[in-house]
Amino acid sequence: MSSFSITEPSNRTKWFAGTLVIAYALITMMPLVWIGLTGFKSPADAISYPPKYIIGSDSEAGFQPTLEGYVNLFTTRTRQTEEFLANNPPKNWADEIVRQYDMVIVGPSKFGERFLNSVIIGFGSTFLSVFLGTLAAYAFSRFKIPLADDLLFFILSTRMMPPIAVAIPIFLMYRNLGLSDTHLGMILLYTAVNISLAVWLLKGFIDEIPREYEEAALIDGYTRFQAFYKVVLPQAATGIASTAIFCLIFAWNEYAFAVLLTTANAQTAPPFIPTIIGIGGLDWPAIAAGVTIFVLPVMIFTILLRKHLLRGITFGAVRK
Amino acid sequence: MSDKTADRVAAATPTHVARKIRGLSDRAIAWIFVAPTIFLLLAVNIFPLIWTVRLSFTDYKANRINREPEWIGLRNYERILTDSDIWLNMQATAHFLFWTIFFQVLIGFTLAWLINKKFKGNDLWTTIIVLPMMLSPAVVGNFWKFLYQPQIGLFNYIIAFFTGKDPSSFEMLGSVDLAPWSIVIVDTWMWTPFVMLICLAGLRSIPDYIYEAAEIDRASKLRQFFTITIPMVLPFLMLAVLFRGIENFKMFDLVVQLTGGGPGSTTELTSINLKREAFEKWRTGYASAYAIILFVTVFGLASIYVKALNKVKER
Repeated sequence: MSSFSITEPSNRTKWFAGTLVIAYALITMMPLVWIGLTGFKSPADAISYPPKYIIGSDSEAGFQPTLEGYVNLFTTRTRQTEEFLANNPPKNWADEIVRQYDMVIVGPSKFGERFLNSVIIGFGSTFLSVFLGTLAAYAFSRFKIPLADDLLFFILSTRMMPPIAVAIPIFLMYRNLGLSDTHLGMILLYTAVNISLAVWLLKGFIDEIPREYEEAALIDGYTRFQAFYKVVLPQAATGIASTAIFCLIFAWNEYAFAVLLTTANAQTAPPFIPTIIGIGGLDWPAIAAGVTIFVLPVMIFTILLRKHLLRGITFGAVRK
Repeated sequence: MSDKTADRVAAATPTHVARKIRGLSDRAIAWIFVAPTIFLLLAVNIFPLIWTVRLSFTDYKANRINREPEWIGLRNYERILTDSDIWLNMQATAHFLFWTIFFQVLIGFTLAWLINKKFKGNDLWTTIIVLPMMLSPAVVGNFWKFLYQPQIGLFNYIIAFFTGKDPSSFEMLGSVDLAPWSIVIVDTWMWTPFVMLICLAGLRSIPDYIYEAAEIDRASKLRQFFTITIPMVLPFLMLAVLFRGIENFKMFDLVVQLTGGGPGSTTELTSINLKREAFEKWRTGYASAYAIILFVTVFGLASIYVKALNKVKER
């Protein structure tokens, strides 16, 4: 009967609070919506003044949506002579779009490669950090480890170093070991960065699983290992999944190490997207398209994660 | 039921494996489980840190492999601490830190307080508000650069729309006065939800009966706010500030994409300056000393702060 409680806000208060929060939400979404729209504009519409924001309208504030940005993002193009263009009809719809600038598609751009690198390094490091993190978290949660608090703090403190400070010796070390600009090198590095998060988060999740479950299993004749993977792991599945998503998002978003330690072979998308050049400067629709594709998975994961979000961003310090 | 599973598992485990696993004590398992993590951190974090300390006493330059580095003692540290340019970078960092935390706490707490009024659909709007903080800071910096373009950018257009100024009359990223604020705005846009979420957890942790008791004692709403709400949320708020403080002290990706440290060096935060020294001027020894100074600063400030936080929690 909460509606009779004296602490329940009045309807007027609720209405007022709701309006302000929704107004903030709409303002805060504007940059994202704008990037989404820009991805579907032609380069001319993207930089027009006053800005165009009505899709498909012929009015001054309207623009015709086009996939130009996406085509430019994924392809490389060259200018061709009129003769060549006349003799070679466009092969597909993408080619047709490019023709309006007297250009032809000559091959894929580097975006696909960079995006794939993001996927490989992201999933690789996530798997490793969650795997190692789960083992360590279980040990910290269930066993008496000498100096456990100090070790846990040590694990956390590795996160306080500025990435550039870490990058200097890593750069030298990787150069000596031949790990510069390799997938393995980046996976190990991101794992080392993420493992503090994984251990702290997972320890919190495993702490919440009653010890009695395992103890019962041990009495039933399970070994420690069996109790760990037949009893604890299934119970911790949600925690492990959300930890994995947090690690994945971090690795996906990381920029400083990627820009300093990779140049081509293992470079991920974040250092690449801002460098997309079009005719006469940065190709904003292509950049916007790249940003959209890059950011969309993170937004979906965030929505899936919303119940555990707080825990993830505070290393498990705040639980709801 | 668990009996049956146990039997099945026990029966399915080959005896030699079972014996081997059973042979391990809990202590052994604990070490086997923790060792890989510790080893990885030692290899990728601690060993490099020690290496950095060693380099910081030399004049090593990473782009000249054949040159034998010279041991120069504390000279790098001396040079950094007496360099007035570095103090300017520190000032820029302090400005950035102070104002981002100020706005994020102010707006974040207000939003959390409003959301806690439990209006219909507050969960949905909270999720929407939270989105910016999960994005890649470098990518955020990149597309805000687009919004900040004079003449064509949406930000300038909207400011011009409300103030009647000419949208090409001011450059957020290009002017010495505005650039430090442009990075504060983007960071606030991105990270206010973080402070908001933590404050919301704090507000939700306050049990209703405290307010009910205050209501019975006829304490005014304002009094309740200052004697119940604020003190109860304070530990949460301080935690949020700790996280933001550490993160923004290390700030690199967002600002490097947005302004690249410019114009001049008005937004050259310490991390950006460090990157220049280390990876553009290749003064590896000098940059190592710089890195150590920064690390000690964050670590020291954070430890003092955590002590204060624990005192507030005890109260």
